[in-house]
Amino acid sequence: MPVLHSAPKIASNEGVLDALVAALGSKVVSAKEEHGEIVLTIARDEIENALRILRDDHEYQQMMEMAGVDYPSRPERFEVVYMLLSVTKNHRIMAKVTAAEHTPVPTITTLWPNAGWLEREVFDMYGVIFAGNKDLRRILTDYGFEGHPFRKDFPLTGYHELRYSEEDKRVVYEPVKLAQDLRQFDFMSPWEGADYILPGDEKAPEQPAPAAAAPTPKATEKPADTGAGDKANEKAADKESAPAPAKTEDGKAPEAPKETESRPDDTRSDKGDAK
Amino acid sequence: MSMQLEQSPTTGDEVITNYTINFGPQHPAAHGVLRMVMELDGEIIERIDPHVGLLHRGTEKLIEHKTYLQALPYFDRLDYCSPLGMEHSYVLAIEKLLNLEVPLRAQYLRVLFAELTRICNHMMNMGSHIMDIGAMTPNLWLFEIREDCLNFFERASGARMHSAWYRPGGVHQDVPLKLLTDIADWLDTRLPELFEDALSLVADNRIFKQRNVDIATVSKEDALAWGFSGPMIRGSGIAWDIRKAQPYDVYDRMDFEVPVGTSGDCYDRFMCRAEEVRQSARIMKQCLREMPEGPVASTDRKVVPPKRAEMKSSMESLIHHFKLYTEGFHVPAGEVYVATESPKGEFGVYLVSDGSNKPYRCKIRPTAFSHLQAMDFMSKGHMLPDATAILGAMDIVFGECDR
Repeated sequence: MPVLHSAPKIASNEGVLDALVAALGSKVVSAKEEHGEIVLTIARDEIENALRILRDDHEYQQMMEMAGVDYPSRPERFEVVYMLLSVTKNHRIMAKVTAAEHTPVPTITTLWPNAGWLEREVFDMYGVIFAGNKDLRRILTDYGFEGHPFRKDFPLTGYHELRYSEEDKRVVYEPVKLAQDLRQFDFMSPWEGADYILPGDEKAPEQPAPAAAAPTPKATEKPADTGAGDKANEKAADKESAPAPAKTEDGKAPEAPKETESRPDDTRSDKGDAK
Repeated sequence: MSMQLEQSPTTGDEVITNYTINFGPQHPAAHGVLRMVMELDGEIIERIDPHVGLLHRGTEKLIEHKTYLQALPYFDRLDYCSPLGMEHSYVLAIEKLLNLEVPLRAQYLRVLFAELTRICNHMMNMGSHIMDIGAMTPNLWLFEIREDCLNFFERASGARMHSAWYRPGGVHQDVPLKLLTDIADWLDTRLPELFEDALSLVADNRIFKQRNVDIATVSKEDALAWGFSGPMIRGSGIAWDIRKAQPYDVYDRMDFEVPVGTSGDCYDRFMCRAEEVRQSARIMKQCLREMPEGPVASTDRKVVPPKRAEMKSSMESLIHHFKLYTEGFHVPAGEVYVATESPKGEFGVYLVSDGSNKPYRCKIRPTAFSHLQAMDFMSKGHMLPDATAILGAMDIVFGECDR
């Protein structure tokens, strides 16, 4: 495919992939070239040696960036991606390893000192442990933070919020209270394979059981049920009037209200009164 | 400032106690919310432990919950001193995944405004660096230039700082001709006058040199090992500029030089930036000379929304407009790492797409992270007041560092 985009042009990838795979041998689990990027997946325990070979023998002098990625459906859910740059060959490659929560990745602070903070960040955000990193503290989150916020199963809103309390004269931590539920819009078109059943879809195949994953559509059944969270519901409940009595006090059912407009085919005697 | 005693070595019969102080989080020379725990021996810095993350907003997580276009304004808010430089990496990353062609005029406009952003950023950084050292006047003069730059951004995009003007496929709107002629006049008159005046006060100033020359010298080897980029690596004598080495947009057509330092100290880094401003002006003039007429965004209607006027008469345009501003466009699955030369150094975006309309993962590579990490080894053995000079010459903005 011809290159149409105007993103940075590095030196040619031609032959680089084969040369690196040959040089790293069994350390490489898989290798690919897509979108003009060379990505080497490397056995976790061999990452330090592999990167040392890339740095010393193949002139990738700089480790510019380290990124964690979370794929919860995989057996080893995390990926740690290292972006290497060669300033002499004018070339970039990516190397990556996979890891689970309890499988430590060997540190590469022995190769590049700037890996220290980057490993701390991946640890902070994803909980990947780096064996041999002497200073694996949290880095970006608050002092005393719990959990790993960039995991896909960590909610966007988090669990705690903080504010300055005028009574206590200090910052207090509280569980997150949202005035309105966090809205996640679903952009999948029903014609393009959305995997839930739209309400009222008669032609939908029978559901075997109440689908656990299918989100129930929000419905407003009574005025106090605003669909905007507890706070808004309480507010709305104040304004809600008492329901109409089913029967009048003398026991008779309430009569139907009088018609408010005359109809053309109405032949009753009060036809003229409507005007 | 809090002080606490620590166990420390003894020399002879005197017990000398190192003490730790907090530099920041509220300190005018910390350039934002940086807390540095400093261990001092008298006035000599023994160890620095920078605590970052006080401005962490979870930008990368937020981006995962937005469509590609909705995520764009978050980039303005990373390094708020050079917003368009941040957008540049992101739109190029999307275009690389889409393999989308950008019209030539849009590429010229992007380069023009990227360089204007560079000037704008360097005015802020150089001014505050000078002020941290103790000079007041140059900062005020450099802010005049910065104000002009912000006015140009406003005339192009409607916003002074958070432009959101670069879009996947081009730029949001064309600029009026009067803006381009005004920029050309400004490059010939106001910029050189104000800039050279301000610089003449500091470049050969004895006090300025005493505070910067031979402070925090970084060797070439260290600069490579610590992942330096931008003026930090060039100050150490490595002629590495992504605009030159790995050109994007129309930088391969531009005629400019890459300034390089000789000794790798704070003064070299400062003077690299000063020369970069002149080179940026040169690039901008060339852009203005050569910029062709034509569309300013790709005409691929599956990515770039149609103009509003078109929408009023064409049903298809209306549908495209609606689809692109609700669902957004889908990006083919894959992963790319795109880095551009932002004013502060290599600003990279690692974008993972799963084929949907939202990024699966968007890792932002801030320049400040690697540079600030080197603060400890760069300041070791220097005096406490040198810390502000070192920090000033690093050019750190916490919106970007903490994300």
